[in-house]
Amino acid sequence: METTVLIAIPLGAALALWLVPWRSSVAAGGFALLAALADLAWWVALAGRFDFGFRDLQFDLHAVWFADLGVSYHVGLFDFSLWLTGLTALVTVAAVAYGMWAGRERPGPYFGLILFLAAATIGVFAAQDLLLFYVFWEAMMIPLYVLIGVWGGPGRIGATIRFFIYTMAGSLLMLVSIIVFGLANGTFDMTKLGTNGSAWIFLGFVAAFAVKAPIWPFHGWLPDAYREAPAEVSALLSGVISKAAAYGLLRIAIPYFPDPVADLRVPILTIAAVGLVYGSLLAFRAPDVRGVIAYSSLAQLGLIAIGLFAVNDSGLNGAVLQMVNHGLVSTALFLLAGGIERRTSTGELRLLGGLARGRPVLASILIAVGVIALAVPGSTAFAGEFLVLNGIFTRGWGWSVVGAVAIVLAAMYVLRLVSAVLHLDPGSAVPEQAYDLRPLEVSVVGSLLAVLLFLSFWPAAVTDHVFGGRPQATVTSQFQP
Amino acid sequence: MIAFARPTIDWGALSPELVLLGGVALTLVVPLFLRGRARRGFSAAVALLSLAAAAVLAGVLATRDSASTEIVATALRRDQLAEIAQILLCGSGVLAVGVSLAERESDERVGEYYALLLSAVGGMVFFVAANNLITLFLGLEWFSISLYVLTAIAVDRLPSLEAGLKYLVVGSFGSAILLFGSALVYGATGAVRFAEIAAGRPGRPDALLVAGLAMLLVGLAFKVSAAPFHMWTPDVYQGAPTPVTAFMSAATKVAALVLTMRVLVTAFPGQADLWTVALAVIVCISLAWGNLAALVQSDVKRMLAYSSISHAGFLLMPIAAGNALGGRALLYYLVSYAAMSIGSFAVVAARERELARLVTVEDFAGFGWERPGHGLALGLFMFGFVGLPPAGLFLGKFYAFSAAIERGWTWLAIVGIVATVVSIYYYLGLVRMMYMQPPELRLVPAGGSPPRDPALAATVAAAAVVTIGSFVAAGPLIDVMRDAVAFLGFPR
Repeated sequence: METTVLIAIPLGAALALWLVPWRSSVAAGGFALLAALADLAWWVALAGRFDFGFRDLQFDLHAVWFADLGVSYHVGLFDFSLWLTGLTALVTVAAVAYGMWAGRERPGPYFGLILFLAAATIGVFAAQDLLLFYVFWEAMMIPLYVLIGVWGGPGRIGATIRFFIYTMAGSLLMLVSIIVFGLANGTFDMTKLGTNGSAWIFLGFVAAFAVKAPIWPFHGWLPDAYREAPAEVSALLSGVISKAAAYGLLRIAIPYFPDPVADLRVPILTIAAVGLVYGSLLAFRAPDVRGVIAYSSLAQLGLIAIGLFAVNDSGLNGAVLQMVNHGLVSTALFLLAGGIERRTSTGELRLLGGLARGRPVLASILIAVGVIALAVPGSTAFAGEFLVLNGIFTRGWGWSVVGAVAIVLAAMYVLRLVSAVLHLDPGSAVPEQAYDLRPLEVSVVGSLLAVLLFLSFWPAAVTDHVFGGRPQATVTSQFQP
Repeated sequence: MIAFARPTIDWGALSPELVLLGGVALTLVVPLFLRGRARRGFSAAVALLSLAAAAVLAGVLATRDSASTEIVATALRRDQLAEIAQILLCGSGVLAVGVSLAERESDERVGEYYALLLSAVGGMVFFVAANNLITLFLGLEWFSISLYVLTAIAVDRLPSLEAGLKYLVVGSFGSAILLFGSALVYGATGAVRFAEIAAGRPGRPDALLVAGLAMLLVGLAFKVSAAPFHMWTPDVYQGAPTPVTAFMSAATKVAALVLTMRVLVTAFPGQADLWTVALAVIVCISLAWGNLAALVQSDVKRMLAYSSISHAGFLLMPIAAGNALGGRALLYYLVSYAAMSIGSFAVVAARERELARLVTVEDFAGFGWERPGHGLALGLFMFGFVGLPPAGLFLGKFYAFSAAIERGWTWLAIVGIVATVVSIYYYLGLVRMMYMQPPELRLVPAGGSPPRDPALAATVAAAAVVTIGSFVAAGPLIDVMRDAVAFLGFPR
């Protein structure tokens, strides 16, 4: 029931935002922000009551949906899904607050869609039935399509079509896999499914997750969607939606298909490693702020996939920590990018520069987030990447070398971004009177940064509280207690 | 002299048909003595009441029937399959009345319009209960002739007349093929009753029987508007008055598909290997042709017509699977499909009345913001047609694919998926036009407030409620559908 409330708060608020004719945009935005904060508060209350020593599903609810195929409304939280739902709730608060500050047109539908997206994403992290998982998974598509298509930049129409067709093609392959897998088991309840040896079913799932994440070479939709979406929608896409894909690998693809995972480990790791290096290189070459963040996201998802497919304690722990880290970092970066674009009406690096002069808060926050993003030792991203590389080392030292190279590349693209925006001579698009970060922006991005700093001091807040302390055993036993 | 024993007739089982025929008589006669608004109101009220009464009667029968029994000698069947289909048909009729209410047809023909609508529903209600080839053909012609005239009822509009003529010619051709097929089947087996056809000459490959089966399939595929027997569909859907199109797109599919399943499963179980494969081929052609042709349509009704051809493919998929899961899938799919189809055409009708012309996709630019209610509903239907939650059609597709996969035809499900991916482009094209079109292309309708049409708004709302309700309440609905097809001996 508790988990259902976590989904129902944003969902109910979304319906209220759509159906009630809101007089003022402040009222609509304020209501949305309150709902997002209420959801976050509810999550904090749940996290406080969560029993981390206990490996089984918690706060679960099971109600039969249709009995003949064994489909049910079954939701609940594992310890690692608790972190991801928390990430979603936090990023949603940031996105709504930022959207309010940015003054989006038609606030009722806009914030309603963002909250609907949050509800669907939390549903993905909480669903314990394959078909329910798919329902939430597809429900994420509709708000994203409309958010980008209506409120996006000039190239939004092409971006939405590419995004929708790419991801639908992937997820429909997953639907076939779900049906074949579920019919073979006689139930769609994830807590009752057995393992399966079919590589085809496995690949159907992986296709959906790889497209949504995205992982190279399925990232065709990524640059346009991340560039054209409103900044806070890009933040949600890269911060949270991509985690839904990584979560799918972790919750479904890896535990239920041990043989295909073992057989296909080398090709999958190769793809992830290529994506890691290729994404980093593209980020280094990207001509605009969002391009850098978008391609760094592609690289980071490659790294997370490497950690997941190591399927050992260190790799899994690191992957989950890195999911949380990247969610916070890319949200903060996209919101900062949005702020920069509002001040200069461009994101092109060659037109930017010198923003640090007279704008100390912007400079400090961007540098702080950037330094965490490039995984400087002592940061939480460093902890995550270290665990991932440590985990994959046991599968072959070569993978670790590639990963280490990519960390160097990360330093290159982050520092390039920082210097191109903040340093050098003032760019031609930078107006003299452009404001420093406003208090609301500081509070939004600052709170994300605060969480990142907290995790940097204590990454074990996440890593000691996932998988009941036994990652590999938990995942390979399909999360059975 | 042949002794003729009068059969005992179960009048109770015939009550839905009788109520509808009573409605036909009333709407034909009484409006002659009324004028203007009274005539219009009376006809619509009678139509609404008799459809609702027929639906209730079918519902009462459905709760009483647990087995399938033959009534009126052996001409018809009384079972839950027929009764569920009858409820769906009457429901479609009710929604169609809601769309028709504010249609600008002349007061002179309004009585006939509702009489024909009731007669079409009556024919379909009779048709889905058919138990032999003769009643099958009678029912088919009964509702088809009503639909031919309904299509052409806007006699002052040339496209309507043209559509009516086309439908008449092509439809009669289909009926003729079906009739000839029936004759061949009779020749091969010496029986017209479905069960006797199944029992006659078992196990022998029989060219006559196979040819008859093929022609029956073709004749039914005409009515389902499955490709390659769909040629009439786009022209008729486009030319017919939009409320008629709304009704036709939903009800004809329900009737023809339910009867196709009944006839194939009860009369031709021995030939299952033939007709499942034949249907699978028709499924693939319909999915391919319907979706590809829909991509290039600019007229919304034409686009929806091709979409209905592609959905004929999705709907035939569970029949092709030939298993009990498929039977459930078909009936469940039809619930939300019928609601969404009528709902979309209702919104199109609203836009047509506003702009006073046939509408193209471009005419929907900015529609979502101008008419939030209609826009939201049409958006729901379009996302639903793609197969996204929270539309019941999503679970319908899930069931249809499940049936094909259980049959071992994963490839058929994958064909369905490719078709779905293609369909995204044109369904979302309409959504894009409604919400995302840049303002410079937006057509501003001639001033004034939009026409108020509470009946149509209520219809759209009801269709949206059924669309979402069938998703939420999938469990109980599927239990009902399972019981409805439980007595059919599926070949697999």
